Amino acid sequence: MTRSHAVTTYTPEAEIRRPGLLLRNMMRDLGNSRELAWRLAQRDIKAQYRQSYLGYLWAFIIPLATTVTWVYLNVAGVVRVEDTTIPYPVYVFTGTMLWQVLVEAVQSPLQQVGMARGMITKLNFPREAVVLSGLIKVSSNVGIKLLLLVPAVLLLGVKPDMHVLLLPIGLAALVVFGMAVGLLLAPIGMLYSDIAKGIPLVAQFVMYLTPVVFAVPSNGWLAAICNWNPATPLIMTARSWLTGSSSPMIGYFIVVFCASLLLLFVSWLIYRITIPVLIERMGS
Amino acid sequence: MSDPEVLITAEGASKKFCKDLRTSLAYGLQDLLGEALGRQRGEQLRAKEFWAVQGVSFEVRRGECLGLVGRNGAGKTTLLRMLNGLIKPDRGHITMRGRVGALIALGAGFNPILTGRENIYVNGAVLGLSKADIDARFDEIVDFAELGEFIDSPVQSYSSGMSVRLGYAIASSLEPDILILDEVLAVGDEAFRLKCYQRIGKMMSRTAVILVSHNMEHIGGICSSVLFLRNGRQTYYPNTIEGIDAYFAANEISGPGGNSDGRVRVLYPPVRTVNVRFENDSIRYGDRMKVDIFIDCDSEIRNVEISFTLVDQQHRAVMCYNSVRDGHQFNIEHGEQIVRFQINEVMLHDGKYTWNLNLKRRDSIENIVYFVRAGEIKVSSPFRPLTAIPYLPSASSFEVVLRPSVAVPIE
Repeated sequence: MTRSHAVTTYTPEAEIRRPGLLLRNMMRDLGNSRELAWRLAQRDIKAQYRQSYLGYLWAFIIPLATTVTWVYLNVAGVVRVEDTTIPYPVYVFTGTMLWQVLVEAVQSPLQQVGMARGMITKLNFPREAVVLSGLIKVSSNVGIKLLLLVPAVLLLGVKPDMHVLLLPIGLAALVVFGMAVGLLLAPIGMLYSDIAKGIPLVAQFVMYLTPVVFAVPSNGWLAAICNWNPATPLIMTARSWLTGSSSPMIGYFIVVFCASLLLLFVSWLIYRITIPVLIERMGS
Repeated sequence: MSDPEVLITAEGASKKFCKDLRTSLAYGLQDLLGEALGRQRGEQLRAKEFWAVQGVSFEVRRGECLGLVGRNGAGKTTLLRMLNGLIKPDRGHITMRGRVGALIALGAGFNPILTGRENIYVNGAVLGLSKADIDARFDEIVDFAELGEFIDSPVQSYSSGMSVRLGYAIASSLEPDILILDEVLAVGDEAFRLKCYQRIGKMMSRTAVILVSHNMEHIGGICSSVLFLRNGRQTYYPNTIEGIDAYFAANEISGPGGNSDGRVRVLYPPVRTVNVRFENDSIRYGDRMKVDIFIDCDSEIRNVEISFTLVDQQHRAVMCYNSVRDGHQFNIEHGEQIVRFQINEVMLHDGKYTWNLNLKRRDSIENIVYFVRAGEIKVSSPFRPLTAIPYLPSASSFEVVLRPSVAVPIE
């Protein structure tokens, strides 16, 4: 029997001082973590499914509830939203659904690391697997949403056009952006629980600075923030592809998507090199 | 044949830790930035920091086992975590050659809702096994864990013994080059533990092993050398016995009766003095051993039990004389007396033995006399020692001599 004699040396040196080696190790570990990531994701999805009666329907229930709430607020005149290009209920429903994808992606890395804490502090396995399994879980949720979204939109009387084929790209952009931000926050979040507590709060606030439940105002400071907010083109573009309406922010969308990919890589790098420091401080 | 290859090398490995949580988190943030910016780690201690492990160096070859001993907080776990690559050394370096296996965090990644079968694949993947690896080992794992038809039940319905057995079966099915053992060698009930020992014994012969244990019988019986840690600093003992002695010396009960050479001699009132005298301090194999215990007591103690134990260099009790087991009942009288017993044939290996003496009231757990490693006797034997602990015939004569004419020996 042949054995691979992998030689591993642990030194105090910061890994980043040798970028070539670091990059090679990152790619190697990413490759090695695929199988584990699948296992972990499969485990969580199965367990979640087995423990719930409504199962995947939950992906649908929350946006529906939000839609009902906002349509009520709008009809009752509690809040005034500007006219939307598509029927308001469709606007809110799709917006909420897409926003949910983004928030899930942001929360995923920290949640994953928190769940795997016991394993991470005691066993040595490619740390990429934890985040990657989060990505798989988020993607599988996105897949389910996709299956629900298109029929739901048709049911609401909106006719999507050929652009709907681009929707997976729009969703991917949301996931990549969310994961990049979440992974960037994860190292600090592992040290201080404030981050995990703060994410939903901030997300809710940012939602109102993004055209999720209302359209971008035509002028004023809110309009400026809305237009500058990198989440805006992601939501707007994905929604326009889904509903067959025009997408005015396609340029900004491409910029944000590319920047997100870059950020995801940087976040991964930081996550990776800081994990041993974090384990030191987390104890076992 | 050339020496087996060195699989573990540590050179001056050091790690600092912080005592205070908030400061520790702040330093964590500081180190985090340092790592991200590629700064060299500070070799100096910051406020409230200390060296948890300092300047540890050793080598372990395939087929060798290094015992890691020391009191709680000596730095053993920190060292293990560095060896396992979980945390980085602050100074020095560690090289591991080959696949590392550990019986740590058994059943990591188990989800209680999933079945045993599903969890084998999850836990196996965490330990670095591919699906094909697990497929190949699957039957053996289930068989070893003795789970039978329960393998398709959710793990939350398992007894704690069952799930730990499953975790053990998976972790021990790996074929590592380096094995890290933190206290756990075996789990489960007696029969299962036996299986564990057999399995681990097989594994150890092919690997370089690091064993952390407080059980000196394990250290003495398994390890080829000992690394004793105290406040993060090491003393290396190529001779296991010396390492174990160092551990015991570090663990001595300080307080009445305890002193630095590892002896404990405690007398409880009304006992005034106790002296033990052997007919011979050096006994030949097969000779008799006669023990006189001189006791001076302020008042009568009824119904006393005496235990006298010989302990070998591996800290195994090799012989125990117990008056109750031997059918003798006696009282300690007011004044001086000699409690005398004899073992007719001492069939022990060649070597040094220390002895423990314990006198207590039969009807309570209260001690009257408590001596540990109070003295040493030598046995000389022409026979080649075997690994087995020899059979020893039980006693012999037993008597209490009141108001002896012999003077109490002065030590």
